Amino acid sequence: MAEPLLHIDNLGKRFGGFVALDGINLSVQPGERVGLIGPNGSGKSTLVNCMCGTLNNETGTVRFDGQIVDGLAANQRTHRGMARSFQLPRPFHTLSVAENLRVPLLYTAHSRSGRHLSHDEIESRCHELAGLVGLAAKANKLPRDLTQVEMRKLELARAMAADPKLLIADEAMAGLSQSEVTDIVDLLIKLNERGVTIILIEHIMKAVMSFSQRLVVLVSGKKIADGAPNEVVNTREVIGAYLGE
Amino acid sequence: MRAFLFYLVSILVGGLFFIFARWLGNDYLFFAGYTVLQFIVLATAWNILGGYCGYVNFGSAAFFALGAYSSVAFHKLGANIDRYFPEQLAGLAKAILPLNIPTLIILGGIVSGLVGLGTGYLTLRLRGAFFAIATLALAVVLQTLIVNWDFVGGSRGAYIIRPGEVPILGSYIQYLFLVMLVLSVVALATARIIEQSRLGYGFATIRDDEVAAEACGVPTLRLKLIATTISGALMGMAGAPFPYYIGYLEPSSAFGLAYAVNSIAMPMIGGTTSWVGPLVGALLLGTLQQVATVTISSAVNLLIVGLLLVGFVIVAPKGIIGLVQDFMRERTSDKGQPTWRSRLAIFANMRPGAR
Repeated sequence: MAEPLLHIDNLGKRFGGFVALDGINLSVQPGERVGLIGPNGSGKSTLVNCMCGTLNNETGTVRFDGQIVDGLAANQRTHRGMARSFQLPRPFHTLSVAENLRVPLLYTAHSRSGRHLSHDEIESRCHELAGLVGLAAKANKLPRDLTQVEMRKLELARAMAADPKLLIADEAMAGLSQSEVTDIVDLLIKLNERGVTIILIEHIMKAVMSFSQRLVVLVSGKKIADGAPNEVVNTREVIGAYLGE
Repeated sequence: MRAFLFYLVSILVGGLFFIFARWLGNDYLFFAGYTVLQFIVLATAWNILGGYCGYVNFGSAAFFALGAYSSVAFHKLGANIDRYFPEQLAGLAKAILPLNIPTLIILGGIVSGLVGLGTGYLTLRLRGAFFAIATLALAVVLQTLIVNWDFVGGSRGAYIIRPGEVPILGSYIQYLFLVMLVLSVVALATARIIEQSRLGYGFATIRDDEVAAEACGVPTLRLKLIATTISGALMGMAGAPFPYYIGYLEPSSAFGLAYAVNSIAMPMIGGTTSWVGPLVGALLLGTLQQVATVTISSAVNLLIVGLLLVGFVIVAPKGIIGLVQDFMRERTSDKGQPTWRSRLAIFANMRPGAR
């Protein structure tokens, strides 16, 4: 088996007396589509924050692309190829859609190619990304002029602009209608086909099941299941966690 | 081309004012003009951290005073060089002392810039009101240090006897005016270059959402340190010629409330998202205050600023430029063809996609 792109070993995080993550182990192979599910408060977002450097883990290590990234700031992890979208869209509200996409291109592109992109390269990449998520017509609009689903698409496009090896989509479909959910799942699969490894954190089971090749379940800060989606959702622990014993 | 136009217009406007004031033969215009230009630099400097990055600095007066007191320190050092250095070293130093105003401006900028960097390092993990309070505390600490530093006059203050005349120009105040005019163009050009650069994008992301900025690869801490350093340096540069302008510098005048209030109010009233905002705010408020000083009383200055600030915060929180920006955004083009409005908006970076 190839070396995992992401390898989390015995990760732990506490908030005061509350144990948010307790000895999490997780490996993600390059090109994989992994679904991460769990009830509210199970530690999914904390795990994402620890992976991405928004929070510091207290125990364990996060190894990305063969290197330990503990202690690195979030921006440095982005430079190494780890990008994320947020549970609640966090666009730069004074910048237009195109400018939102331009930010990662300006700040991270050189870490991959070893040189800063030219103005024309940035413009063409912006145009391509806006087109990929269907926002080309709104490139000059401010985020306040976007609908909820467009805002989610902007989040994903902005994460993609960082040219990631691993994309972590944190509840990218919350609050969307069925057709909009399908749109986002299709978009994520399209991104995966371009070679991007994706971890999807989601509550909408239909979306998770159609997207994921592997499913990981967290409950109360512990990993209780990890495997093929159809097998995982039928295990006693997972059913118990969601429906009660 | 746009940059060339910017420098041409800036120098032309300043030059015309200078020629007009000389033609009138009234030195007061130079005194008043100097003050307005000084506020352009201060407001622009404040806006680099406060407007572009969203970090409100209440300690502008401290950076301004640092620039002013570094000039006093170098001036006194020059005058008393024999007392502080061995004979040979003093002889060498005399070759370059007393320092001229442009050199003092650079030194003032370095001192304030370094203090800005240090302040940034210590306080930038603070956000919002906590950062603002920390900068206010910095001003109090620095004022206490200056009050107790006898070399620069302490609480008594220090007299700076400026030369009566300079070659070619004649009047020293005209020279100071020209120096401040150049400094204003430098400050505006710095703000404009930042705004149009990668750095400007980074600053805007910090202002909008720091967590998202980090996730996009923006090194927020490093950028904030750059902003505090540039902002502090420009404020110090604005303060460096001040002792030569005022003739007698005391802590209460250098650390005056007017500097802190004006350097915030001017960008807020003009608009904080573009380099044009602080310029418009400083021209408007600075001129109003000068007119009020000669027609009513200088005591009414802060009242004007306060009333205007309250008015703008209620009616137009994005400032004058914000109002213009909304107007431009709605009518930027006519069937895809650029209009005079869109051209003006692009020149001043006042619409999305114009950077």
